[in-house]
Amino acid sequence: MVELCGVSKHYGQAVALHTTSLTVPRGKTSVVIGPSGCGKSTLLRITVGLVTPTHGTVLFDGDLLTPANMQSIRLRIGYVTQHGGLFPHMTARANVTLMARHLRWDDDRIQARLEVLASLVHLPAACLERYPLRLSGGECQRVSIMRALFLDPGMLLMDEPLGALDPMIRYGLQEELRSICRELGKTVMLVTHDMAEAAFFGDSITLMRAGTVVQTGTIQDLVHRPASEFVQSFMRAQRGLHEWT
Amino acid sequence: MDMIRQAWRCSIVLALIVSVLTAPSIAQTVRIASKKFTSNVIMGEIAHLWLEQYDLTATHQAQLGTTRYLWDALLEGDIDIYPDYTGTLLEETLVQMNLEWSDLDSVLTTFGFGMSVPLGFNDPYVLGMKEARARELDIHTISDLARFPELRFGFSNEFMEREDGWPMLRITYNLPQTQVRGMDHDLSYRGIESGSIDVMDLYAMDAEVIIYDMRPLEDDSAYFPAYEAIYLYRLDLHERFPTVPGFLDSLGGTLTGDIMRTLNTRVVQDRVSESQAASEFLGGEFVLESQIVLREETMWSRLWQHTTEHLILVVISLVAAILLSIPLGIIAAKRPRAGALILGIVGVIYTIPSLALLVFMIPLLGIGGPPAVVALFLYSLLPIVRNTHAGLVSISPPLYESAEALGLPAMPRLFKIELPLASQSIMAGIQTSAVINIGTATLGALIGAGGYGQPILTGIRVADTGLILQGAVPAALLALLAQGVFTLAERVIIPNRHR
Ligand SMILES: Nc1ncnc2c1ncn2[C@@H]1O[C@H](COP(=O)(O)OP(=O)(O)OP(=O)(O)O)[C@@H](O)[C@H]1O
Ligand SMILES: [Mg+2]
Repeated sequence: MVELCGVSKHYGQAVALHTTSLTVPRGKTSVVIGPSGCGKSTLLRITVGLVTPTHGTVLFDGDLLTPANMQSIRLRIGYVTQHGGLFPHMTARANVTLMARHLRWDDDRIQARLEVLASLVHLPAACLERYPLRLSGGECQRVSIMRALFLDPGMLLMDEPLGALDPMIRYGLQEELRSICRELGKTVMLVTHDMAEAAFFGDSITLMRAGTVVQTGTIQDLVHRPASEFVQSFMRAQRGLHEWT
Repeated sequence: MDMIRQAWRCSIVLALIVSVLTAPSIAQTVRIASKKFTSNVIMGEIAHLWLEQYDLTATHQAQLGTTRYLWDALLEGDIDIYPDYTGTLLEETLVQMNLEWSDLDSVLTTFGFGMSVPLGFNDPYVLGMKEARARELDIHTISDLARFPELRFGFSNEFMEREDGWPMLRITYNLPQTQVRGMDHDLSYRGIESGSIDVMDLYAMDAEVIIYDMRPLEDDSAYFPAYEAIYLYRLDLHERFPTVPGFLDSLGGTLTGDIMRTLNTRVVQDRVSESQAASEFLGGEFVLESQIVLREETMWSRLWQHTTEHLILVVISLVAAILLSIPLGIIAAKRPRAGALILGIVGVIYTIPSLALLVFMIPLLGIGGPPAVVALFLYSLLPIVRNTHAGLVSISPPLYESAEALGLPAMPRLFKIELPLASQSIMAGIQTSAVINIGTATLGALIGAGGYGQPILTGIRVADTGLILQGAVPAALLALLAQGVFTLAERVIIPNRHR
């Protein structure tokens, strides 16, 4: 569905992402994992065109991503930023329906879509009328996910969607999110720094380190056929290894 | 790109509005003005009432400014008549030409000006000091001053600067004093009274000579020239209002020194208006065809008039500033390089002292409301531009990112996300601008724009604290009111994010 062809990103002298090629297959969930600052968010930003790669190209459904078609392609991608990114001056409802209203969907259609998504992410109706400052962290993430899914995009990019939540809520949401991804049959690209979460979600896992991809494969591949010393030590460092092998 | 084009369009519309507002109004009336001191204001008012006696429509812009200022206004055709003195013309305004008395008329013609028959009194500049202090030091003449180098001099700024003022006087009399300050003429009397200065310049006709018990010092080297009072007018009056020059001449010789000093005292000590003093003079001196009816002004009607004038200055300049500053702030936030330039320019404008900015406008726009509005407009830009810029650049990157990733195009993103997020900062900028604008607008009176500055100016001139308060208190209240209105508006416009 998405192909990154030899993309890299330099900020002046600093290299955020070395030349990288990656294919995200349709209908599958691909997880990107790695230590902080290794370029995970940069990879995602390049995929939605928020960051223009210094070298290389992005193909979306076989089409080259250019400034001209960027706007229309973004409507086919749902994006949940690392820090939530809900607009504080709008209610949850206004946040979620922003693009649909901009595209002049009629009210009935918006209302119907809103109800479907609210029940999908289990968001109480009362929450919709509140401003983000008055929502809990978990509710904020549900609203963010509703906003990303509103136009029914073929692809969902999520940058540590559950990163800031406490373990209990996180566990519950992981279950929900996975079933949403599977039920809807979306192509999903998800960033996390937790290997348990990666194993739980990912059809394939891409492990990164300092701007380069170290290994891409299933969890079994990473555990039993580590490509390097780093992969081995990274896997060992993550607790509860035995549970998911 | 789209946004920049829109901003351009906004500024062009704005430029049009400003130029329409500032276009000179076509005068159907005889426009008289006077300098910023009492006897000149009375002379202006005498001409005003005198012409109205003959059913002419005349206006009088009292205490409009200094000599240079009125001369330029007459040259530009902003005014038609103002009272002046032959000495001032020869020794100051036209001093470069080195004229003799007899040349004056013909030289004025080359400027397109005419001069009325002298009114009768001679009002030279002299030096003066408190009677008691003069007696104590036994000073009678200007040359006597040379014996007391420690005396402190306070001279009007005009006197400090002009060729025939302090620089030449000091050389002529060989005066050794070093403590010499320039100050506002009206404040010099305060200084003399409080003992912070010993000697000041004054006009021989000033009522304060009597009121403050001043001793005018004899000009024993005959340094100061004669200052015959006359009306200076534009020669095109002969076509536009053919009778006016004759009417002005008919006042010739009637206003003697004694009468003038009495009129001054009526205003400064008895606190009658200049109109009242002028009508007393005309009624006493001439057989008038009709009774002079003074427009009786109550404090409330004056307050109402000043409030209206002040609000017009503030509202027009502030609205124009908002319309230009917000687009400028947006461009500054979007284009860092252009932004540095924009912030630099509005910052420099802001550092120009407000008084200077007002005066710079005069050659471009004449006198009265338009130059004041433009000066206030320029002055109001910085707080709004800077706060718009600051509000936009401080939006957190994840919010920018979310808006962009949603696929919202640049313009809707600006209006639905970025401006609302920056609105608190922008409103604060507008509020600051409004308060500064209301305060600065009181200076507008200096260039004939009226407003709350008018009573303050008159109050300083005639040393009437009550009159000063009539301008200062409403100006302060208006600033408070503006603050309240904006706080309320902020609550209504900016949604409560904590619901
Ligand atoms: N706009 C930028 N300018 C300069 N350097 C940047 C910029 N954005 C990111 N970087 C650098 O690029 C590197 C990769 O950043 P990125 O945000 O992709 O990391 P990450 O893997 O998402 O980290 P985390 O897990 O902490 O979110 C980091 O070293 C970061 O400092
Ligand atoms: Mg990141």
